[in-house]
Amino acid sequence: MNTSIHSVLMQGDEACAEGAIAAGCRFFAGYPITPATEIAELLARRLPQVGGVFIQMEDEIASLAAVIGASVGGAKAMTATSGPGLSLMQEHIGYAAMAEIPCVIVDVQRLGPATGRPTSPAQGDVMAARWGSHGDYPIIVLSPSSVREVFDLTVKAFNFAEQYRTPVILLMDEVIGHMRERVTLPPPDAIERTERAVTTVPPEWYKPYENFPADVPPLLPFGEGYRYHITGLHHDERGYPTEQVDEIRPWLDRIFRKIERNLSDILLYEENGVEDAETLVIAYGVTARVARHAVEMSRERGRKVGFLKLQTLWPFPEEVVEHAAARLHRIVVPELNMGQLAREVERVAGRHKVHRINRADGEIMQPSEIVAVIEGWTV
Amino acid sequence: MATKLIPKELAKRPDRLSPGHRLCAGCGASIVVRQMLAAIDAPVVIANATGCLEVATTIYPYTAWRVPWMHNAFENAASTITGIEAAYRSLVRQGKIPEQNVKFIAFGGDGGTYDIGLQALSGAVERGHQFLYVCYNNEAYMNTGIQRSSATPLGAHTTTSPAGEVIPGKQQKRKDLTMIMAAHDIPYVAQAAPSQWRDLMQKTRKAVDCGGAAFMNVLASCNRGWRHATDETVELTQLAVDTCYWPLYEVENGQWRLTYKPKEKLPVEEWLKRQGRFRHLFRPENRHLIDELQAEVDRRWERLLRLCGET
Repeated sequence: MNTSIHSVLMQGDEACAEGAIAAGCRFFAGYPITPATEIAELLARRLPQVGGVFIQMEDEIASLAAVIGASVGGAKAMTATSGPGLSLMQEHIGYAAMAEIPCVIVDVQRLGPATGRPTSPAQGDVMAARWGSHGDYPIIVLSPSSVREVFDLTVKAFNFAEQYRTPVILLMDEVIGHMRERVTLPPPDAIERTERAVTTVPPEWYKPYENFPADVPPLLPFGEGYRYHITGLHHDERGYPTEQVDEIRPWLDRIFRKIERNLSDILLYEENGVEDAETLVIAYGVTARVARHAVEMSRERGRKVGFLKLQTLWPFPEEVVEHAAARLHRIVVPELNMGQLAREVERVAGRHKVHRINRADGEIMQPSEIVAVIEGWTV
Repeated sequence: MATKLIPKELAKRPDRLSPGHRLCAGCGASIVVRQMLAAIDAPVVIANATGCLEVATTIYPYTAWRVPWMHNAFENAASTITGIEAAYRSLVRQGKIPEQNVKFIAFGGDGGTYDIGLQALSGAVERGHQFLYVCYNNEAYMNTGIQRSSATPLGAHTTTSPAGEVIPGKQQKRKDLTMIMAAHDIPYVAQAAPSQWRDLMQKTRKAVDCGGAAFMNVLASCNRGWRHATDETVELTQLAVDTCYWPLYEVENGQWRLTYKPKEKLPVEEWLKRQGRFRHLFRPENRHLIDELQAEVDRRWERLLRLCGET
């Protein structure tokens, strides 16, 4: 028996901090905000113990800027915030996408908009995470629904960020962040870590934004002899500003392609009883816990209910939903917002098939709310 | 005719921040706000940054404020009061509302002022809006549970500058925001403390009557973060003043003036040893930090004496 494996009682925010360290994160810059403050507090203690750096910044704008700087310096870097902080970070999220800087942004969602209700759960940042910064860019957004999943998806977030040179948002929520669960964490040697690609080309050949042949050109840390240019302006393969359509277009195509070509790696979800289902419930985050319970309740009463739990929200798993929806007439999408991911499900499955359950008042859903819709439809 | 600053008269005035709010027992912020508002006879309008004062005075479904009050976000109390003040003066100029000598005040904690709100504050005073910005300074982010700010002193334990076996609390010195605001060359800048209530109230009057932008930095202990008994708030604030850690002074139209000179300048240790956040500094290996803090206090005090023409 491996004695290094043991169960611990752990909070979601704590699992995020530990997952970050396990993934190799050695730089955190952030700003206090409920319900994400615990991640900063824990990393303030933990990072110095592993030779990492914790910096409390003067606001969220500075926090993500420092993270981007640290990543260019070669570190796996992260920040953690909640909705108001995510709003402030949006300019830099677009910058990280434009300059293709790997970084992880944790958003422990609380009820918005504005200050909202800082200690209440919500899932209202789903669209802000996808489309919050101006302009066109792809992004990866993951959403955990248990403390163990927080740990695993934090590791994944770093791996995806490094693998695809992209900002990755870990979209938690207040309940998942503050909830304590008994978890068994994987031993350190069982954790898969993706390291940033390196190159053997000499400095004078290096092109940090090379469009061919690979979709993800290596990003070399500053200070190792490779002199290159990083900017938020549109740039050519060397990173120099460009106004040439024939340079902007291939870049734009490539940054979308690097995500789209790797969907089988990026799309994380769990299906349960979908094959013979008459009704499908699609949920994520804290609502997935409630939905699972509702699905079980309905099944006990003889309903054929399938369950699709999404861990990757963006890119949206179109084909998975499309495939399931083709055989189904009813899809129930419960979420703690006024219908954000449901819009995507409707787009893929057709509006008439989708029944939204929305709650954005600071309370989590009751299983009965979902059961009522499942069974109201199947009667 | 302004109300005389004598306790009997002041006690008769209705509180503008009413009792029943949920700031902690012994919180310095509410003492500061009540004293300052009691000093002003004119109508006031308040913008409040996110923080303890905002949260604990407006707990659903109540408000403790008996004056018009607005909360916007963490970083923008100064910008928000800018809009209110400019609109008021515009409406007065157009003759749409009567001039009532309204005083515009923004309250923010040190996080909302020294850190995230500094840009908004600097912009608002540079534009010359006629308002008073008050930083109630408890030297950390207390609302989210005691994280360090740039007002947190060297060596202090907070949850994001934890004192451990290797790193003894905050590694950086505190920012001198009052000096930064004085450098904006605005009509009135002052540093105050609630333990010198008359000084605080007189400064408040000068600030709101200065005819332009004014800034006051008021030390307001947080017993949860500083780690002291709830009945020691005023005493500890006064110790900060008497150790010259927190000198009381004002800068009026460029003229620096010390408004309180301790009879005997106490060692900063006298203030530090009363607070749990500095407890680790008294371990032998950390004593040098107390010396560093003393040196910083001495250096800043000497500089202030020179600026005030006291040497």
